[in-house]
Amino acid sequence: MENNKNIKKIFLHDVHLSLNARMIPFAGFYMPVRYTSDMEEHITVRTSVGVFDVSHMGEFVIEGPQAIALLQKITTNDVSRLTIGKAQYSCMTNARGGIIDDIVLYRTSEHSYMMVVNASNIDKDWNWIQMHNTEGATLKNISDSICLFAVQGPNAKHCMQKLIKENLDQISYYSFIQTELAGVPDILLSNTGYTGSGGYEVYVSNENALYIWQAIMNAGSEYGIKPIGLGARDTLRLEMGYCLYGNDIDETTTPIEAGLGWITKLNKSFIGHEVCIEQKNNGVSKKLCGFVMAERGIPRSGYKIMNRDAQQIGIVTSGTQSPSLAKGIGMGYINTEHAIPDKDIYIQIRDVLIKAFVVKPPFYKK
Amino acid sequence: MNFPADLKYSKDHEWIRVEGGMATVGITEFAQKELGDIVYVDVNTIGKELSQNDVFGVIEAVKTVSDLFLPAGGKILEVNPELNAHPELVNTDPYGKGWIIKIQLNNTDELHTLLDAAAYKEMIGK
Repeated sequence: MENNKNIKKIFLHDVHLSLNARMIPFAGFYMPVRYTSDMEEHITVRTSVGVFDVSHMGEFVIEGPQAIALLQKITTNDVSRLTIGKAQYSCMTNARGGIIDDIVLYRTSEHSYMMVVNASNIDKDWNWIQMHNTEGATLKNISDSICLFAVQGPNAKHCMQKLIKENLDQISYYSFIQTELAGVPDILLSNTGYTGSGGYEVYVSNENALYIWQAIMNAGSEYGIKPIGLGARDTLRLEMGYCLYGNDIDETTTPIEAGLGWITKLNKSFIGHEVCIEQKNNGVSKKLCGFVMAERGIPRSGYKIMNRDAQQIGIVTSGTQSPSLAKGIGMGYINTEHAIPDKDIYIQIRDVLIKAFVVKPPFYKK
Repeated sequence: MNFPADLKYSKDHEWIRVEGGMATVGITEFAQKELGDIVYVDVNTIGKELSQNDVFGVIEAVKTVSDLFLPAGGKILEVNPELNAHPELVNTDPYGKGWIIKIQLNNTDELHTLLDAAAYKEMIGK
């Protein structure tokens, strides 16, 4: 599907090659999928600390007195509640309520925001925002000049504390600082991540990226820090039940169907608002659910979800063998009447129906 | 990477070790490396007569699912009982404790269509 000629390299591509990464095309970039073993990398993040280079992600700066009005219009969460130094998980939806992307919005000053978007959606999102910018906010796409490193795991705090003067205990979940890291100015450091093991995300301009990568690796060496690939990133996020755009959410699914009602504020107006209200009031026909295999079997995206009478009631959108639980886990859209915790469902795996139970994620609890 | 000289190899990255009319089949070191951590080996063809290149089972890594192809036709006699609890043996010892099935060969002439270690290495560019 992907045309290899158009696939971009992330800024530290050669560093990953020298670390024996296996690079695969993902979302338009060659990305490290694995350095040693998915399992080992997964356990490293759960038990100590690992670092992901997720520089493929996109960053847009949205500025000016009109920025908030634009953002209120195009995102589902309430931007008026986002204070300076805080981050907010949100969605952009189209007029049908379909999810254009799931994003994280940072408020960096009174009239300045940074929106972090999925790599596969950079062009689509950028066009969408430009098209809807009737407010006249100032827009900048800085995706190609920024690297993003996610330092994740129970020892991430000890590792990062060595590199900054501020006390990391003061940086609560979904907060951030703009600071000097390892002597490098203009770093954005946030208490965020996509693993469920805690940690920080570091936004750094390309010219300082190699230095910061090495500083993080050196600071983490006493904790056995390792580079972590997208393979483990996927099993880590799935154990938490976090959505992956393109798998669990896309333009055919709404935030209400996807269980993202908590970031969809219906007391404000936004594109797709009417559909979300209608679904909230009248209910939805399908819901994104988590499930755990009751018997041996590994669910995979696209597998059918059946009821006891072998009638299809849904479809799997993500699945794997959970390294922490040593069981098959997955997520998928299930017809609402079957989308009930503890309900027995059946996953069709190679013509055999294997029993599973609907559960409310996270699958992994600390 | 290690490719023992006493084995024959298929283009689908299985190896076969022949002992009389019987043979043991597994996947190569190259294949296990490509797949990553093996978490499940699913063989539901025990007792069946299959032809060369037929699918005899499925191997699942954390990220991928791959069919297993029979390098030579025969009857599937046994699946490695250790793999149920320890599928990672395919990663750690692909030619030894990580063997996958034993078969009764139908026609040993089919073995001539397989690659030797040198030809297999060349095919995968190692």
